[in-house]
Amino acid sequence: MLSPGAGRGASYILEARGVRKVYGDHEVLKGVDLLVSPGEMVFLIGPSGSGKSTLLRCCNRLEEPSGGSILIGGVDLLSPRTDINTMRREIGMVFQAFNLYPHLTALGNVALALRKAVGKPRAEAERIALENLSRVGLADKARAYPAELSGGQQQRVAIARALALEPKIILMDEPTSALDPELVGSVLEVVRDLRQSGMTLVIASHEMRFAREAADRVLFLDQGQVVEEGDPESLFNDPKEERTRRFLRDVRR
Amino acid sequence: MSALQRFVATFLDPDVATRYAPQIFYGLLVTFAIGLAVVVTGLGVGLLLAVLRAFGFRVVNAVLIQIVDMLRALPPLVIILIIYFGLPNVGIVIPSALVLWMSLSAVLAAFAEEVYWAGITSIPAGQWMAARSTGLTFVQTLRFVVLPQALRLAIPPLTNRTIAITKNTALGSAIGVNEILGQSISAEAFSGNATPLTMAAILYVLLFIPLVVASRSLELRYGRGAR
Amino acid sequence: MEILVHEFFNLSVMARVAPLILRGLIETLLLCAFLVPIGLLGGLGAMLVATSKYRFARLAAMAFIDFFRSFPPLVLLIFIYSGLPFAGLHVPATLAICVAFLLNSSSYYGEIYRAGVLSVPRGQIDAGRSTGLTAWQTFLYITLPQGVRNVLPELLSNTVELVKLTTLASVISAPELLHSADLARSLTYNSSPLVLAAIIYLVLLWPIVRVIRRLEHRLGPQSAR
Repeated sequence: MLSPGAGRGASYILEARGVRKVYGDHEVLKGVDLLVSPGEMVFLIGPSGSGKSTLLRCCNRLEEPSGGSILIGGVDLLSPRTDINTMRREIGMVFQAFNLYPHLTALGNVALALRKAVGKPRAEAERIALENLSRVGLADKARAYPAELSGGQQQRVAIARALALEPKIILMDEPTSALDPELVGSVLEVVRDLRQSGMTLVIASHEMRFAREAADRVLFLDQGQVVEEGDPESLFNDPKEERTRRFLRDVRR
Repeated sequence: MSALQRFVATFLDPDVATRYAPQIFYGLLVTFAIGLAVVVTGLGVGLLLAVLRAFGFRVVNAVLIQIVDMLRALPPLVIILIIYFGLPNVGIVIPSALVLWMSLSAVLAAFAEEVYWAGITSIPAGQWMAARSTGLTFVQTLRFVVLPQALRLAIPPLTNRTIAITKNTALGSAIGVNEILGQSISAEAFSGNATPLTMAAILYVLLFIPLVVASRSLELRYGRGAR
Repeated sequence: MEILVHEFFNLSVMARVAPLILRGLIETLLLCAFLVPIGLLGGLGAMLVATSKYRFARLAAMAFIDFFRSFPPLVLLIFIYSGLPFAGLHVPATLAICVAFLLNSSSYYGEIYRAGVLSVPRGQIDAGRSTGLTAWQTFLYITLPQGVRNVLPELLSNTVELVKLTTLASVISAPELLHSADLARSLTYNSSPLVLAAIIYLVLLWPIVRVIRRLEHRLGPQSAR
C-alpha cells in the first residue's frame, strides 16, 4: 500500500545517499546509503557506536550531516532554501528516552505542535490529539502527566505525538531499549498497527525477533558503514559478511 | 582638551593615583582581612549550627530556624547600623571593623547553615543505616560518612553566597571602616578627583572576578544534579 | 535589661517617628515596584543573549554578567552618584540607584535564568524541534516553563536580595526606608527607629524567606542557595 503524499516523481520516501558525519576528528558515518520505499519497514541493527542513531538524527537534521544528500519525498532536506520546520512535520521521530514534556498532560504533549507549528485552534488540535491517543490505546490517559504514566505508556504517547502531524515517515531511535521487558510488547503492538496501516518506518533497534517477524529490510551498520543489507530471512539465517555473523552471534548470547 | 583627555584626567589621573595609592592599598588590606575573617567565622559557625540541628532537639531547632530566617530576611546594613549606633548608647563600645565583621559573619552563618543542612538532608537514609549498623555512633557517622559527602554538595551554592556577602564589606564605609571604598571616598574628597573611586572599582572587580569565574566552574564540576 | 528596651524598643520614640518611617516605607515599596520587574526583564535579556547561537554574543553577555556580579553594588552606586559628576554628569540619587541596581540585578537574574535554561535536558529540545516547532517556539513553550520552575527558589531568593539592596540608598541619602529611619535616629538620639525599620523589613521579607525554604525543601539540596 503506497503511503500518501509521496513526492511527485519520487519513488522513495527517504533517499539518503553517501551520508557522512564527522565529530572533530572522529568519523561517525562514512558514507551511508539508505533508500526507503513507501510503506516499507526498515530495521537498522548494529553495535553501539555504529552510527545508527546519528544516521536517524541526520534524516531530520537534528544533526547536520558533514556530507551526502538526503531527500524526503523528493525534497532536498539539506538545501538552505528548505523550511526545516515544515519539513520536520513530515518526518516523525520517536526517541529512546521518550522526551515527553513533563509540564504538559499527554493531550498537551500531542497537541502542542498542532497548535503552534501547524497553527490549528486549540479545540481542533485537542480533537486530533485525542484521536491519535486513541489510536495508540491511551485515550483514557489524555489528562495524565508523563510522571503518572509507565514507560510503555509514555512511549506510546510519544508515538501519538509524532503521528498527529501526519508524517510521511516515522524514524524510531531504539524505541524500546529504555523499557522494562514486560512493557515492550505494548509498544511493538502499536508499531505493528502502524505498519498495517501503511506507514513507512525506519527503526534502529535491538529487537531482533520483531525484525524477523515484521521488517521488510534489515541493514547492519558497523563503524559508520552499511556492512550488509537484505531481507530478514537471508540476513539473519545466512549472513554473508563475517562481521555480521559475529554481531548476530554476540547478540544471541 | 578633548573629551577623552578630560575623561582620563577625571577618572584615571596617574598623579592622583600614585599619591593616594598607599592609602587605598591599606584599604585593600583591611578589606581582605575583614573578608577573610567573615568567611572563616561565617562558614565555621554555620557548620556548627547545622551540626547542632542534626542532633534534632525540637526546641533548639525551632529557635534556630527562626533566627536563621530572620538573618536571611534582614538587610545587612540595617543590622550594622543597629549594632553600631545602638550598643554605645547601652554602654558597649565596639570598633566599627568589629561591628562589620560580626554583622556579616552572622548573615553568612545563617545562609551557610541552610546550605549545609540541605546537603546533610540530601544524603540518603541508607548511608546512616549502613554506618550505624556497623557500630558507628551518631557523631562518628556524621563526621566520617555524612558530612564529607554533604560538604561536597554544599560547595557550589556556598561559593556563590560567600562572594555575595564579602562584597558587603563595602558597607563598612558607611560606619567609617578603613576598607577600600571608605579610603577612596576620603581620597576623592581630598583630591577633588574621581580617580580614587576608579581605583576602588578596579580593585574590587579584580578581586572578585576570579572568584566569580571560579565559582562558575565549580558549579559546572559539582553541578546541579539531574532530577 | 531596661536600658536595652529604652534604647532599642522605645515605643514612644517609635510612635513619634512613625510618620517619617511610613513615608520611607512607601518610598521603598515604590522603588521595589520599579526595580524588581525591570531587573527580571533585564536578566531575561541578558540570558537570551548569553544563550544565543552566536559565540561573540554569548561571550559578550557572559562578560557583562561576570563583570557586574563582581562589582559590589555599593561601589557601583557611589561611582555613578559621586564619580560621574566629576565628568560633568550630575545624576540624581534615585536615578543612580535605578541604574546601578538594574546593572547589578540583571546580571544576577541573568545568571539564574541561564542556569535554569541549561538545566532542561537536551532531549526536550530535540522532541520539540522534531515536531516542527521553531527554535523560538521550542524555547517559549518547552524550555522556559521547565527552566523557570527549576530555578524558582533562586529567583525568589534574588528578589529578596534586591529588596534588601534598596537599603544602600540610605548611604547616598536617597528617599527610602532605612534612610528615614537613620534620620529619625539622629534626631532622637535613639536606635528604636532603626529597630522599627528592621521589624518592617522582617514583615515584608520573612514570609518570602519561608516560602523559599519550603520550595527548597521540595526541590532538593542543590536549589538551596
